[in-house]
Amino acid sequence: MRYVDDFRDPEVARRLVRAVLDLGKKMTVMEVCGTHTMAISRSGLRSLLAPAVDLLSGPGCPVCVTSEMDIARAIALAELPDVILATFGDMMKVPGPQGTLMDAQSRGARVKVVYSPLEAVKLARENPGDKVVFLGVGFETTAPTVAASLLVAREEGLGNFYVLSLHKTVPPALRALVEQDDFRVEGFILPGHVSAIIGTRPYRFLAEEFRIPCVIAGFEPADVLRAIHLLMTMERPEVEVEYSRAVKPEGNPKAKEIMEAVFQPCGAEWRGLGFIEDSGLRLRDEFERHDASLWEVEVPDAPGERGCRCGDVLCGRIRPTDCPLFGRTCTPESPVGPCMVSSEGTCASYYLYEGLWHDPGSRER
Amino acid sequence: MEERVTLSHGSGGRKMMELLEEVVFPLIGGGSPWNAEDAAILDLPPGRLAITTDSFVVQPPFFPGGDIGKLAVCGTVNDLAMRGARPLFLTMGLILEEGLPIETLRRALRSASEWARKAGVGIVAGDTKVVGRGQADGLYVNATGVGIVKESLEVGISLARPGDLLVINGYVGDHEVAVLSCRDGLDLRVKVESDCAPLASLVEAMLSAGDVHAMRDPTRGGLAAVLSEMATASRVSLELWEDRIPVREEVRAVCEVLGLDPLLMANEGKVVAAVRYDHAERVLEAMRAHPLGRDASVIGRVGEGRPGEVVLVTPLGSRRLLRMPSGEQFPRIC
Amino acid sequence: MCLAVPAEVVELREGGTALVRVGGLQQEISLLLLDGVEVGDYVLVHAGFAIEKVDQQEAERTRELLEELAGLEGESEIR
Repeated sequence: MRYVDDFRDPEVARRLVRAVLDLGKKMTVMEVCGTHTMAISRSGLRSLLAPAVDLLSGPGCPVCVTSEMDIARAIALAELPDVILATFGDMMKVPGPQGTLMDAQSRGARVKVVYSPLEAVKLARENPGDKVVFLGVGFETTAPTVAASLLVAREEGLGNFYVLSLHKTVPPALRALVEQDDFRVEGFILPGHVSAIIGTRPYRFLAEEFRIPCVIAGFEPADVLRAIHLLMTMERPEVEVEYSRAVKPEGNPKAKEIMEAVFQPCGAEWRGLGFIEDSGLRLRDEFERHDASLWEVEVPDAPGERGCRCGDVLCGRIRPTDCPLFGRTCTPESPVGPCMVSSEGTCASYYLYEGLWHDPGSRER
Repeated sequence: MEERVTLSHGSGGRKMMELLEEVVFPLIGGGSPWNAEDAAILDLPPGRLAITTDSFVVQPPFFPGGDIGKLAVCGTVNDLAMRGARPLFLTMGLILEEGLPIETLRRALRSASEWARKAGVGIVAGDTKVVGRGQADGLYVNATGVGIVKESLEVGISLARPGDLLVINGYVGDHEVAVLSCRDGLDLRVKVESDCAPLASLVEAMLSAGDVHAMRDPTRGGLAAVLSEMATASRVSLELWEDRIPVREEVRAVCEVLGLDPLLMANEGKVVAAVRYDHAERVLEAMRAHPLGRDASVIGRVGEGRPGEVVLVTPLGSRRLLRMPSGEQFPRIC
Repeated sequence: MCLAVPAEVVELREGGTALVRVGGLQQEISLLLLDGVEVGDYVLVHAGFAIEKVDQQEAERTRELLEELAGLEGESEIR
């Protein structure tokens, strides 16, 4: 696979680990992208770089940052008799107050996993007697694909295609994060594919206002290692691009334009971070008739605190292993918090991939 | 005869006899005792009896490299082989949904019959039921298999020993990708055939080449599930070497695109075995000489870690836990 | 947060779609989010859409930089 295997030579990565360690420096680095979380966990980078690099995972998994109320609303919509809810597979196992979408399906709700939002449009075309609601989750990488799909549906006059937009945007969340008093991260690894859409400019405040070095990185272990090396050797805070094969300074103007034609910023509730101004995307008024967030459905109250510390995990205040529920009452089979649900969630990827290293009993081996 | 199965085909009357005599018996069980009597009476060679049962509900029922009939035969034969048994007989229970095209049933049975012959087993008893439309999904098959194990042979999931090497007979993930590639809604054009195959003769070759302690066919849940079971049941720690596990480029591509893990993907023609380390070379050689083991390789060993643990050694040299998968994998965008 | 895989454009099709290849896998994807795509280009595919082209020169440069960084500072340590 060209452009995948080219960056996957384990020998190069092993030497890059050495190169980072040879700098003889220490740094606390946060990535804010679930795909980075996963890549780091799967390749075991965290253990290879400890203790020189303290690698934290921030709020970069769209499933994990979706609020319980939003999940409850999605499930409530799925349980309406004339609705087919189309969703990315990522959302199927996320628990809300009424259980998960899988549970709803077992109660008779029609839930369909799709790989592309265009498949949801196709569902609407093929089921004219039903309402097809697409559950829009994801950041700036995904929102344009949903926007383009909605435009296709509108062009075709598919009045039965709807979107429940839970989309969120990354820069406002980063601002909320760094403005916290106890924020101690010294460098950011920024998401490669979000940046392919939005470019580099929206992150500049991190370097200019908050003096935090940033590198936009690709997703192979070698990319992540080079990004860390760049962070550790940067003379003054800047936003550098390691993933230059995919990220242009201006991003993808066409994708941005389509996203902005369909969505407008709105306040949004982030699991762990709370309410953040202008950090969500809602459908513009002219798309009202496709907007499933306007439907009145009964949404049960979220049970609230259950001792889950996903919020602290997302902000980098604690490691998943510091949460009292981790691996005990909260596992991928029965997740309490959202970070345990998606395999790119910080807790799930610790649980699935790093149990060995963080488990004191086997740490020495 | 009608083109589709109707409820009266399950009524126990003349219609049912018609279905059996025109469709079922000519393809399976022809000449064997099951068409006349309530039970088959069989002569067994000496040894201990191995028995297993499994149900097959695959959707779609026909996929590249296999179908529900072949799967039922191979799956059952393989479960017997994993205990070191020589498979001898199968029974087959069919549950048909009203409206199932008779031709679909014929195709599945033709395939079951062909593969039973290839695997050297007889289909000696069977049953057919019809349920109303919507009460089942086309065609379900339940198969029970009977085989014979030599008196002295002990092979089982709980018998892996410290020092054993782990071997596998080829590429992982082919079956699941083949089935995924014909699912609705996922536009995956990929030329991968299911690895569905009866493994008994390969296993026989392995057993005569050296000491095989534990064996499993990594079906649902893939290598990850099977090795977790083996580590737990044998009270050993297993070490898996990621860069030694054979994965086809096509399977890797599907996994990259959909965010799936090849170690969790189902196989229907693979065996992973814990082999006495100084016999491993010979066993591997015997596997490679067999058509179903040409790509056999050593993928790990029984390690010194904590019992029940499966440790994956990554290409970068780091070690991470491989856990029992929690359930179905869904395509991801994240 | 977002999986996207580099795919080679094999064929441009009617209605703003393209046939792409990743390893041995072919898929039809949408080009609605990306202009100027040509056969032979590599594009990043996310959720069935091309979201950006892979810049082949930059890819080559990054690969060289990675090897340089790996070679320059690691050679003596690794056997």
